[in-house]
Amino acid sequence: MSNRFLSIEGLSKSYPSKSGELVVFEDVNIGIDKGEFVCIIGHSGCGKSTILNVLAGLDTPSSGNVIMDGKEVSGPSLDRGVVFQNYSLLPWLTTLQNVAFGVKARWPKWSKDKVNEHSRRFLEMVGLGHSLQKKPSELSGGMRQRVSIARAFATSPKLLLLDEPFGALDALTRGIIQEELIKIWAETHQTVFMITHDVDEAILLADRILLMTNGPQARVAESVKISIPRPRSRAEIIETPAYYKIRNYLVNFLVARSGNLSGSSGSAASETREVDPTLLSSEADTTTSKEPAPPRPRAVNNY
Amino acid sequence: MASLNVKAVIVSLLILLVGLGVWEALNQPPAASAEMTEYERLMGGADQEARVPPPSQVLSHAFDELSDPFYDAGPNDKGIGIQLAYSLYRVLTGFIAAALVAIPLGFLIGMSPLMYKALNPFIQVLRPISPLAWMPLALFVIKDSEQSAIFVIFICSIWPMLINTAFGVANVRKDWIRVAQTHELGALKTAFLVILPAAAPTILTGMRISIGIAWLVIVAAEMLVGGTGIGYYVWNEWNNLDLNSVIFSILMIGLIGMLLDLVLGSLAKLVKYEE
Ligand SMILES: Nc1ncnc2c1ncn2[C@@H]1O[C@H](COP(=O)(O)OP(=O)(O)O)[C@@H](O)[C@H]1O
Ligand SMILES: [Mg+2]
Repeated sequence: MSNRFLSIEGLSKSYPSKSGELVVFEDVNIGIDKGEFVCIIGHSGCGKSTILNVLAGLDTPSSGNVIMDGKEVSGPSLDRGVVFQNYSLLPWLTTLQNVAFGVKARWPKWSKDKVNEHSRRFLEMVGLGHSLQKKPSELSGGMRQRVSIARAFATSPKLLLLDEPFGALDALTRGIIQEELIKIWAETHQTVFMITHDVDEAILLADRILLMTNGPQARVAESVKISIPRPRSRAEIIETPAYYKIRNYLVNFLVARSGNLSGSSGSAASETREVDPTLLSSEADTTTSKEPAPPRPRAVNNY
Repeated sequence: MASLNVKAVIVSLLILLVGLGVWEALNQPPAASAEMTEYERLMGGADQEARVPPPSQVLSHAFDELSDPFYDAGPNDKGIGIQLAYSLYRVLTGFIAAALVAIPLGFLIGMSPLMYKALNPFIQVLRPISPLAWMPLALFVIKDSEQSAIFVIFICSIWPMLINTAFGVANVRKDWIRVAQTHELGALKTAFLVILPAAAPTILTGMRISIGIAWLVIVAAEMLVGGTGIGYYVWNEWNNLDLNSVIFSILMIGLIGMLLDLVLGSLAKLVKYEE
């Protein structure tokens, strides 16, 4: 574990409460390789954002540590770019200035032209080349999130952290931006750690999906490998049989098992199980969906 | 929109005309031909003097004054322009000095919950003091009426700016601070690139309130310390029973006050942002 690009070791977070301590999550161990795209799914309140904020250096764990590229993470750094759900653009700056803000911070010695040129390139990558001079208030939610993604990618961080970046967007916009994210990720091959509550989104984007049990005392119970070959597109991915196997597996976890597993932190249970649903025999494949998946699945969100 | 504006202008003009008309009609000097009553005869016709002058007189007086606003014929006879310039000088000096203290201090208070709590009682006690109450103390300590007036302006301008700056800084959205943090901005850069622009509209609101109060207070302060300035001028003309000048200077005070607010208002527009 410790020789991976990013390793999270024995992480826990608890808050003092009236009845002693509230342990949000405990004994979380995650390893991520360079260039990997990892999604984490779990019910709301299980501590996903807290883990991400610890990775970002914006929050401190109660115990455990995070090591990236051989160095312990302490405090925020440009090596770790963050995209928040609410975009976090500076509203008094234009689109271009918002991205340039990040680029300038990253390369303070660059000339103004170089900064703008670089920023423009990334805004074009997310299809915003025509809105450079607009203020965030003049942009739709989807466009704002694109600016935010462009800003994060433009600073080429070693690790990109995305906290439900598309959670506030309508399904149509979300689909478009997901594909843009795939494109920009394919070009840059960043290491990405992303929180989502959208199972389909996770399958489309991730190499691996981490499943968290419900809090309190949440854990990362399983690490699900997504073996669907790349490049993936939303239209083609639903044609692959593996897609439904994985999807059913994930939905089953969230609906049936995430609650049962929680709190039962015996020494054996605290291991993160590695799973490839496509390799499971169909009886090991779980209860909810023996029947073939519906022909036109709608995204099951809000898990 | 345009038609609404046009209508508003027309209504404003109508109200102005009616108002001036009523004022004019009610304040005509008694016709020379009319026979004086016994009372008037006893009063030596002084009645005429005691009337508020009608707008026609005020306007013609205003025209005279404004055609030579900067004449200077000794300490008790200076043009309205000179008097206003004195007042403006005091207001702006006191206001700018207050801004130089209040904005950095407000920043500190807004950034530090400790300083906020520690300084709050002082602010709460000092703020409600009428600025003019400081005048005797200022005169005693500073021993200069000019600088005392400026000090009074300083003390009355400081509170709205201080409180608004602290409030604006303390309430900068957490997300934006996080943006600064994740981009490894130092304290100084965070202050200037994120907190200042984020809080600027609130700070400007404070400045706007301050300059309004300062302009209110300067008139009273100058009535007290005398010598020069529009406040002194009004009081002096009252002593001369020159109501034309009194009314004229009242109007000028309103006009300059409006201009000051307009300037701050357009500055506020520059830093405004839509979330
Ligand atoms: N300051 C705090 N005091 C007590 N509990 C907190 C505090 N901040 C967060 N929590 C708890 O931590 C849990 C995890 O929050 P979060 O990481 O935002 O979850 P997620 O992103 O998975 O929805 C929540 O259940 C929340 O109640
Ligand atoms: Mg969250």
